[in-house]
Amino acid sequence: MKLKLNGTDSEIKDGSTVADLLKTLQIEPARVAVEINLNIIKKCNFSNHVLQDGDSVEIVNFVGGG
Amino acid sequence: MLANDKLIIRGIEFKSRLWVGTGKYKDFEETAKAIEASGADVVTVAVRRTNIFDKRSENLLDYIDPKRYKILPNTAGCYTMEDALRYARLARETGISDLIKLEVIGDEKTLFPDTCATLKATEILAKEGFIVLPYINDDPVMALRLVDAGASAVMPLAAPIGSGLGIRNPYNLKIILEQAKVPIVVDAGVGTASDVAVAMELGCDAVLLNTAIAGAKEPVAMAEAMKHAVIAGRLAYKAGRIPRKLYATASSPIEGML
Repeated sequence: MKLKLNGTDSEIKDGSTVADLLKTLQIEPARVAVEINLNIIKKCNFSNHVLQDGDSVEIVNFVGGG
Repeated sequence: MLANDKLIIRGIEFKSRLWVGTGKYKDFEETAKAIEASGADVVTVAVRRTNIFDKRSENLLDYIDPKRYKILPNTAGCYTMEDALRYARLARETGISDLIKLEVIGDEKTLFPDTCATLKATEILAKEGFIVLPYINDDPVMALRLVDAGASAVMPLAAPIGSGLGIRNPYNLKIILEQAKVPIVVDAGVGTASDVAVAMELGCDAVLLNTAIAGAKEPVAMAEAMKHAVIAGRLAYKAGRIPRKLYATASSPIEGML
């Protein structure tokens, strides 16, 4: 299925969860926040929230800033 | 004199009155060294998209340990209340910090805050349980409004962000300090150590700066200078300075002169 991932068109296996996506991307879940279609996904739901075709996914973390 | 002089905001005790940003450094190594030298225990960070393409890219938190430093996420770059709320909520969802340095920018050139949007966002985030530290102009009336809206501290600018102009309006800061019953953290516009000392001598509770260290020729040395400036300024404030007088008063006695 297709996703918009951090603004870029991406593809992922049907039925993937948020946890699956982070694993594929080799991203440590502890340090990020995930938003899907403008709704925040709580960390406790990463492994049961199944992604849908066309979802717009944002994965954010902390960077240097003032 | 400073042994029991603790800065406490909503039950959180701060070890240093110098708060530092993590932007504009050459690399993470320099960031870590400068922050170490500054003695700060609060570091600000920004919320941005994770680099999903470069799996080897390093993470700021590999260098700034959240167990050692209090992480203060900001909403920098947000120009609307909605965006600021979105960034703040995402920041909290990382599970690393409930603190938020609320910035809603109103103008690209000056980076002055959008006062109305900042006030509304403060009210909403405070109700959601955030420890809201809003960035504002050196505006005494606005400071009180923000406290009423639930701000845990207010952070008036000294001068525009990154300008290095220093304390442009010490008198307004004094009024804010007198009236607002929450900690006051001077945020933005500091250029060098003496600016920090002036802010602390006025009675400000802390100073938050970034560019003044990161943009210095020797950031690590400037970080150390800032550390001393905060302590010197705070001590001078507590010690109580002499009044300013127009004419001289001799320090040596007349008695005993030949």
